[in-house]
Amino acid sequence: IFSKASISLEDSESSSETDEDEQPVRRQEGSTDLSAEYWGIQKLAKYVKGGDPTATLIALCSMRDFNLSEETCQLAIKDTGCLEVLINLLDTEEIKCQTGSLKILKEISQNILIRHAIADLGGLEIMVKILDSPDNNLKCLAAETIANVARFKRARKTVRKHGGIKRLVELLESISVGSSYQAKDTETVRCAALALWSCSKSTKNKKAIRKAGGIPLLARWLKCSHANILIPIVGTLQECASEPSYRLAIRTEGMIENLVKNLSSEHEELQMHCASAIFKCAEDEEIRDLVRKHEGLQPLSALLDKSENKQLLAAVTGAIWKCAISRENVLKFQEYKTVETLVTLLTDQPEEVLINVIGALGECCQEEENRGTIRRSGGIAPMVTLLTATNPALLVNVNKAVGGCAMEPENMAIIDSLDGVRLLWSLLKNPNPDVQASAAWALCPCVENAKNSGEMVRSFVGGLELIVNLLKSKDKEVLTSVCAAIANIAKDQENLAVMTDHGVVPLLSKLANTNNNKLRRHLAEAIAHCCMWGSNRVAFGEAKAVAPLARYLKSKDPLVHRATAQALYQLSEDPNNCVIMHENGVVKLLLAMVGSTDDTLQEAAAGCIANIRRLALATEKAKYG
Amino acid sequence: AAMSRKGRKLLVDSLTRSAKHFTKSEVECLIKLFDTLVAKASSQFAGAGFDRTVFRDTLYNAFGMTDDVVLDRVFNTFDRDNTGCITVEEWVEGLAVLLRGTLEEKMKYCFAIYDLNGDGYISKEEMFQMLKHSLLIQPADEEPDEGVKDLVEIALKKMASTYLFVPFLLQDYDHDGKLSFTDFEKAVRDENLLLEAFGPCLPDIK
Repeated sequence: IFSKASISLEDSESSSETDEDEQPVRRQEGSTDLSAEYWGIQKLAKYVKGGDPTATLIALCSMRDFNLSEETCQLAIKDTGCLEVLINLLDTEEIKCQTGSLKILKEISQNILIRHAIADLGGLEIMVKILDSPDNNLKCLAAETIANVARFKRARKTVRKHGGIKRLVELLESISVGSSYQAKDTETVRCAALALWSCSKSTKNKKAIRKAGGIPLLARWLKCSHANILIPIVGTLQECASEPSYRLAIRTEGMIENLVKNLSSEHEELQMHCASAIFKCAEDEEIRDLVRKHEGLQPLSALLDKSENKQLLAAVTGAIWKCAISRENVLKFQEYKTVETLVTLLTDQPEEVLINVIGALGECCQEEENRGTIRRSGGIAPMVTLLTATNPALLVNVNKAVGGCAMEPENMAIIDSLDGVRLLWSLLKNPNPDVQASAAWALCPCVENAKNSGEMVRSFVGGLELIVNLLKSKDKEVLTSVCAAIANIAKDQENLAVMTDHGVVPLLSKLANTNNNKLRRHLAEAIAHCCMWGSNRVAFGEAKAVAPLARYLKSKDPLVHRATAQALYQLSEDPNNCVIMHENGVVKLLLAMVGSTDDTLQEAAAGCIANIRRLALATEKAKYG
Repeated sequence: AAMSRKGRKLLVDSLTRSAKHFTKSEVECLIKLFDTLVAKASSQFAGAGFDRTVFRDTLYNAFGMTDDVVLDRVFNTFDRDNTGCITVEEWVEGLAVLLRGTLEEKMKYCFAIYDLNGDGYISKEEMFQMLKHSLLIQPADEEPDEGVKDLVEIALKKMASTYLFVPFLLQDYDHDGKLSFTDFEKAVRDENLLLEAFGPCLPDIK
């Protein structure tokens, strides 16, 4: 059974937030009545434009008395042309004027229109230059403003192109963590980290941060205890954790220990980012082990109780999901009764939480005990309900979980009574290939473990035709899973007959020319089982499936050998197939497998060779009387 | 002035104490500088100090301060006993505030500069005086002074209204169109950029 990450990692962005790349549109046009703020700001703008630094400063300080977090004021600054003036001030060498200007820009850049305008007016380049200023306060203001503006792609690119990433990383180096430092120094680090966090949403910037030597600095600051520095640092790491090079560093620089430690912080935002980072990193087995070794599984499990904070819950369930890919972690989770808690989260949760919860349960089903636990906690019914969802990522996970549960006959009974198998089957019609494939995989244990399985399958109108037609798919995973399902379905004679009518033999044969071992294995199994009806053996031979199968024996994969031997054994009941096998050197290859420790393989190999030999003998006899 | 070695040492010690922000060696340097300036100056004060002109030149050369009005005011601030001559004590202690003063010391200093008539308030007229050359571009249809008057109003609103954060309402705390030191202090504590609100009077540390 496959497992794919449910977050789709786009090429250039990793954040799941909606990115604001399209030029933003102003919301209310039409009000011709300019606000009082507009006139007031326009008046002040006049003095900023036309005054010397003294007059400018008085005007700038006055401007801050307006409520700069209100959109009317923000837009007034833009509409009166004051924004250009503010940016021009940044380009002077007057530290006080630059400071006054940045204090305003920092506030108003919270507005999306203003951000775009600042970038359009070339403000970012100037702010990057200011990062070199000797004035600490000015640097901090510039960094914080960059953090605000860099919330869209083009801005982030601009920052990088003008050397901003490098400078921001340098700011992280200003002082060392353990030494006694003053508030103003940590302020610089905090602001630089905020800017890096914003910028790190772009893939190229993640690389740039690494090239500028940012990773050891991030690791260093991860050890500090100021929450307001930790949050942007962990935020940045979590953003970058989609890159393997960062995950490697996270592993080797001992960052997991700190991430785990901060799961117990009293700041929920920090907890969330730590859990997110773990979520992203736990793709790597070594990191999953490290999380367990640093005792991170218990705090993660405990955080499931904080179910009101949905963002936190999504991050935590995500981390648990990925950690559960490792069996040792699943065993640990059992100690904390995590499965029971997860089941309670199957209802009344937002989708991003559900995807992870059910992903986690799907992994936990690897362990037999958990399949029972899920049933006893009443988890089967909500799972089956989720089969009617529309979100593909969610469906993929649900299918896996249902399939996992279906391995227990007791669970299977419940699934069947709730119409779960029919729901799974109809997911084969879903346009998304990942959903189709995961549904097909899930059907395998269902068909195997359901009572009256054959009858059940027949009851799905058009079901067999549907699944056979999926053999026309272009998606490898779909093909593989469908072969696996067909191998199971074909164990019922009647259903095999129907599938044969629908052309399963030529469709399977067409797939035979493949190098993909997983597909080969399941295809061979399907062929082996489909041989057991009518003249299918002959039909496979005529469809030219035999020679390619013979080549499968050259693969290194023992599972492929076993399945192929079984298929060849079945096919060898037909003399024409024996001839082809003999011509393709099957005997020699199978001889090597007769001594295998795998009983099934051994028997199939021996049986096949016996059939070929018998035919050869008979042919000899017929020739020479 | 020629001084015995012991006398000099006593002077250094006493100035280091009173100026607070300089080390002994720094004070020594400043005294040496003072002596040089006195020697250069006309002997009007018989070596006890130097006059306004020398002071202005020194500050211009050292710190690039060009505004004559401001420099005049700075001289007056330094010259505490109003003799028209800067003594060595006035020199060292004055520089201590200028270069290394705490926020409190600087606030008092700036306020003293801006309070042109020394009555403990910065009045609208005084603000007008100090700001009247600050507007470089005036719209053609306006009286040249209108802009400055407006700016004065804005400054007053800003600095005398810091208690209340209400723009556009004339909330002059004293209700009399002038800034007391309390007003000024509160405004500057709230926004440090307003320390030199009416013109640069501190050296630019670049």
